[in-house]
Amino acid sequence: MSKSPQTSPATAPLAGATEGNPVKRFLAATEIDTRLLGMLGALALIWIGFHLYGAIVNGNGAFLTPRNLWNLSVQTSSIAIMATGMVLVIITRNIDLSVGSIIGVTGMMMGILQVDVLPQILGLGHWSIWIITCVVGIALGALIGAFHGWLIAFRGIPSFIVTLGGLMVWRGMAFIANGGKTISPVDSTFALLGGGPGGNVGAMGSWIVGLIACAGVVWLLVNGRKQRRKHDFPLRPMWAEVTLGAIGCGAIIGSVLLMNAYPLPKGILRQMGLPEDAFVSHGFAIPVLIMIAVGIGMTILMTRTRFGRYVFAIGGNPEAAALAGINTRWMTLKIFALMGALTGIAAVIASARLNSATNALGTLDELYVIAAAVIGGTSLAGGVGTIYGAILGALVMQSLQSGMVLIGFDAAIQRIVVGLVLVLAVYLDNLYNAKTK
Amino acid sequence: MTASKGTPLVEMRDISISFGGIKAVDHVSIDLYPGEVVGLLGHNGAGKSTLIKCLSGAYQKDAGEIYINGARAEINNPRDARHYNIETIYQTLALADNLDAASNLFLGRELVTAAGFVDDARMEAETRKIMARLNPNFRKFNVPVSALSGGQRQSVAIARAVYFNAKILIMDEPTAALGPQETQMVAELIQELKRQGLGIFLIEHDIHAVMDLCDRAVVMKNGQRVGTVNVGEVTDDDILGMIIMGKKPAAAY
Repeated sequence: MSKSPQTSPATAPLAGATEGNPVKRFLAATEIDTRLLGMLGALALIWIGFHLYGAIVNGNGAFLTPRNLWNLSVQTSSIAIMATGMVLVIITRNIDLSVGSIIGVTGMMMGILQVDVLPQILGLGHWSIWIITCVVGIALGALIGAFHGWLIAFRGIPSFIVTLGGLMVWRGMAFIANGGKTISPVDSTFALLGGGPGGNVGAMGSWIVGLIACAGVVWLLVNGRKQRRKHDFPLRPMWAEVTLGAIGCGAIIGSVLLMNAYPLPKGILRQMGLPEDAFVSHGFAIPVLIMIAVGIGMTILMTRTRFGRYVFAIGGNPEAAALAGINTRWMTLKIFALMGALTGIAAVIASARLNSATNALGTLDELYVIAAAVIGGTSLAGGVGTIYGAILGALVMQSLQSGMVLIGFDAAIQRIVVGLVLVLAVYLDNLYNAKTK
Repeated sequence: MTASKGTPLVEMRDISISFGGIKAVDHVSIDLYPGEVVGLLGHNGAGKSTLIKCLSGAYQKDAGEIYINGARAEINNPRDARHYNIETIYQTLALADNLDAASNLFLGRELVTAAGFVDDARMEAETRKIMARLNPNFRKFNVPVSALSGGQRQSVAIARAVYFNAKILIMDEPTAALGPQETQMVAELIQELKRQGLGIFLIEHDIHAVMDLCDRAVVMKNGQRVGTVNVGEVTDDDILGMIIMGKKPAAAY
């Protein structure tokens, strides 16, 4: 029995890369997260389902059109940005029910600031109004979040209670701040951040963004390979690296083409003094670019910094984290402050998109944000979650919402479906975890 | 092994700590010399773990003083303890189950790149090195430690204590969850670390392990120190008498 039919594991490039069916081999070699594939599959199913339903039942398949997908990307931004922060909150076994109300109060304060206060001081339409407004809004969100975090970490009040209180207090504050009146319109530059008319980067801008992103993908792969070689870790086979690069760049170029395929409407062209039959692309909307930047920044924070490592450690075992010398209270305060700052960014986008500040802005957003994080694989038991998952989760939630509007389901049905999907998604996740353990 | 060979590595003098009126540790003094293993014995709730947690920084003492190498030391949190090269292997192991071995080993002391990002590749390489020494069969470097067996988890916790050049090692029942072979491995490791000149506090219930591994044994009961013995001068029945009845044999001090 000196000859074994099996190849020695030591000569295999990667454990598991040489066995199983082709699909398994492919996944093992490329190291693609099967969970991510599952979510993308679910998303594709939802998109195709809505399109076909519209095409067959209503005779108008409107979902898989550049116009709808462009709108979908804008609608997702605000929830997705908050969901990336909610991942950290939930990983550390907390919850934040107050984000919708924080949107309300920060949006209202920004409205007052840019419409009533700053024009008095700087003059109407001053170039710096939008910058000051954003900085103050984001700082206010961070401050409120830090206050919640302080109550939770240093005063020992459960996060559920603190933020449930915050949910009511800040909504009330939003009402009091301007006596319940809506403020509109906002500063014209500020309004661009919401992706309304002119709030997009056009065809050329989108190509530039796309090419930078492609360069980033290639750099990540090359650098990753270099690191692995340096430490003698198993390398991915070359074909797997090339495939990953092709998939990544393909997806980026595909989305650029998609965003560029949606032309500006005639009314806008007329305002711009262009002929009505000209084809001028939207390109990426500004809020979508903000969302992408936040997503990348938060991913780096969670996977490449000590801060992110400590977030996971606290979620996995708070006692062990404390014994390892991590100041878990400060971490909690910082996490809630970060959540507040991200909520401030979301408030900028939401009020800019509406071109007004209302005291109802962001109502029920907390539930969509939590649902997005959980659908994206963040475990309420703590310790587990990803940023890309939360963004995809937000996209799933928003796809359901706008898909049902497109095919004409009424609000009651929409709520029923969204609720069912949330429960089903978590159940499927349980099944997946039980199987992979 | 007597207590008269220069400056002790650790001296805890007159330590007291109480929780809600209950005196968990009541004016206890212990010391530890380089190259020595001191066993801490007593029933559950005798105050062994509590006493030792004052040294590892997990608890803050109400009264008393700690001296490291003869100099007064302020230990208010685990970070302070690490600063004095005190490493602890907790009974619960204190591992974050959702992180892999390397992340646990370097938790709170991550290696970072020049740009300040965590250097996962280097930490994994270092982990592979130390594990090759401690537990050559260890292979599961890229899975959360929740997927490891009890012995493998234990070796991660031990690697964490050993990697950072501990001078003082605290082991709280390090073999409680282990099989015979792994227990033997830990015993050999203790002998090796002792030869390297580390001082080790060993909290242990197994009287035979104490007789085999320890130079001295401190017995505690109801938060107080019953006595200290040189293990070579007493029988296991003497020690059992101290633990169970609080009876001090003639050789104890």
